[in-house]
Amino acid sequence: MKNENVIEVENLTKAFGAFKAVNAISFEVKKGEIFGFLGANGAGKTTAIKMLIGISHPTSGKAKVVDFDVYTQPEAIKRNIGYMSQRFALYDDLTVQENINFFGGIYGLSRKAIRQKSKDSLVELGMHEISSKLVGSLPLGWKQKLSFSVALLHEPKIVFLDEPTGGVDPITRRQFWEMIYKAADQGTTIFVTTHYMDEAEYCDRVSIMVEGKIEALDTPKNLKQQFKVASMNEVFLKLARNIE
Amino acid sequence: MGISLSNIDKSYKKQIAVRNITFDVNPGELFGLIGPDGAGKTTIFRILTTLLLPDNGKATVAGLDIIKDYKAIRNSVGYMPGRFSLYQDLTVEENLNFFATIFGTTIAENYDLIKDIYEQIAPFKDRRAGKLSGGMKQKLALSCALIHKPKVLFLDEPTTGVDPVSRKEFWEMLKRLQKRGITILVSTPYMDEAALCDRIALIQDGEILAIDMPQAVVNKFPKDIYNVKADNMYKLIQTLQRYEHTYSVFPFGEFVHYTDKRVIFKTAELQQHLESSGLNGITIAPTHADIEDAFMELAKK
Ligand SMILES: Nc1ncnc2c1ncn2[C@@H]1O[C@H](COP(=O)(O)OP(=O)(O)OP(=O)(O)O)[C@@H](O)[C@H]1O
Ligand SMILES: [Mg+2]
Repeated sequence: MKNENVIEVENLTKAFGAFKAVNAISFEVKKGEIFGFLGANGAGKTTAIKMLIGISHPTSGKAKVVDFDVYTQPEAIKRNIGYMSQRFALYDDLTVQENINFFGGIYGLSRKAIRQKSKDSLVELGMHEISSKLVGSLPLGWKQKLSFSVALLHEPKIVFLDEPTGGVDPITRRQFWEMIYKAADQGTTIFVTTHYMDEAEYCDRVSIMVEGKIEALDTPKNLKQQFKVASMNEVFLKLARNIE
Repeated sequence: MGISLSNIDKSYKKQIAVRNITFDVNPGELFGLIGPDGAGKTTIFRILTTLLLPDNGKATVAGLDIIKDYKAIRNSVGYMPGRFSLYQDLTVEENLNFFATIFGTTIAENYDLIKDIYEQIAPFKDRRAGKLSGGMKQKLALSCALIHKPKVLFLDEPTTGVDPVSRKEFWEMLKRLQKRGITILVSTPYMDEAALCDRIALIQDGEILAIDMPQAVVNKFPKDIYNVKADNMYKLIQTLQRYEHTYSVFPFGEFVHYTDKRVIFKTAELQQHLESSGLNGITIAPTHADIEDAFMELAKK
């Protein structure tokens, strides 16, 4: 069943001085959904994500993530979600295996669980032969796939992915999305930002932020219908800066 | 005034970064280096901007030798490195001013060149660069690389992390710079941008796979290609990956691009296979390969 909400946001706002980076946004995300969080540069995506994952205090509004309140229970949120930041989130000077061990430890997994999980992930990623290589020496796409696996280590209910595929080659980018599909298929909710509009088509629903506000939110199919265009790229071009 | 590389090799310790790289960029050309992260694009940029010495080979930029004339090169080229090199604790305007000053010019003198892109970040000119969003940083970095009116412009993944609207504007701007006679070497992981270059070099694992006009690269795609769609995309992809006749299967927006191993391929047969695998809402229709298909095909070998 996809009807249970795992994120509920109402009028969530973040101001830096007089500037409202996130301006009273409201939406819900359902369990197991792949939710695309789009918007032009500076629209406020990363700022909104930081509030949802409990590392930045909202200026006003409400938000519940996995049943926890962002104001009063940020620690509980952090334990129940996974997060991949826009900049790379692993240690370049640790090996693949050491990164997994390190983050497994942070997430409070037992040694045994870490051993089992890391074996599974390494096989799935096809990285068991390079597990003793330094992460810094890997191509970006591999790092991103590894980083996603690490974000899933503690079996979070929601994973927040902030531009996970920026700059990644076309084949690896697609492999990354297969990992997303798989995680969603197993019931993990995916909250993802991207500037690749073909990836927007892979989402169940998509929201488009413009200057701090959510201007559109629907399935890719409905959005294309609503704006009478053939692709999400055109939807984005129409909305994101009101050109054409 | 173009760029010329012949037989350039470079290794870091035992790791080969690029091997036997040879190509010319004509004066005034917009030339794309297309390839994934780690392919060797940045090494080529660093050699051409005289920041790194090649192990073997020769290269010239605007007629200047990268080894003998390195000082002259540094003054006449603009370089925007992939990971931006802004001063995080200076404001937007201070960064731009700083770059203008080290090249002995002023913002006012060359403002018309950067106007289109800089205007988008100008409302935030008093904000520190460290506080800008990812895409806004890229725009500032480009403005800084252009402020001294370079003859040759090197852009290493300038649009990674930049939103689709801004990418479109960015390329329109590159075309305008080109019209002013600036030679441009640009790298990108966005395949749709490859189509906007005069010529491209596809590069992987330090070697060039192909050099040609973008359309010519696409025309060489060896297979008939089909758009396939079904209600459950994940299941569709999995089913196709396991199908014995599949040559390649890649998600492409709302469709999956499918090619078949056989010379004679009947869509009805695939339709039936997908139906019997429990998929619904199936459509299969011929489509054209694009540059991304072509790249993935070349990269597979
Ligand atoms: N700590 C801060 N102080 C002041 N302004 C900030 C701060 N953090 C973010 N901003 C501003 O808030 C706005 C939204 O930034 P944010 O990083 O959320 O954008 P984004 O949608 O993630 O963009 P991108 O696609 O480029 O990553 C921008 O104008 C940014 O400069
Ligand atoms: Mg961001």
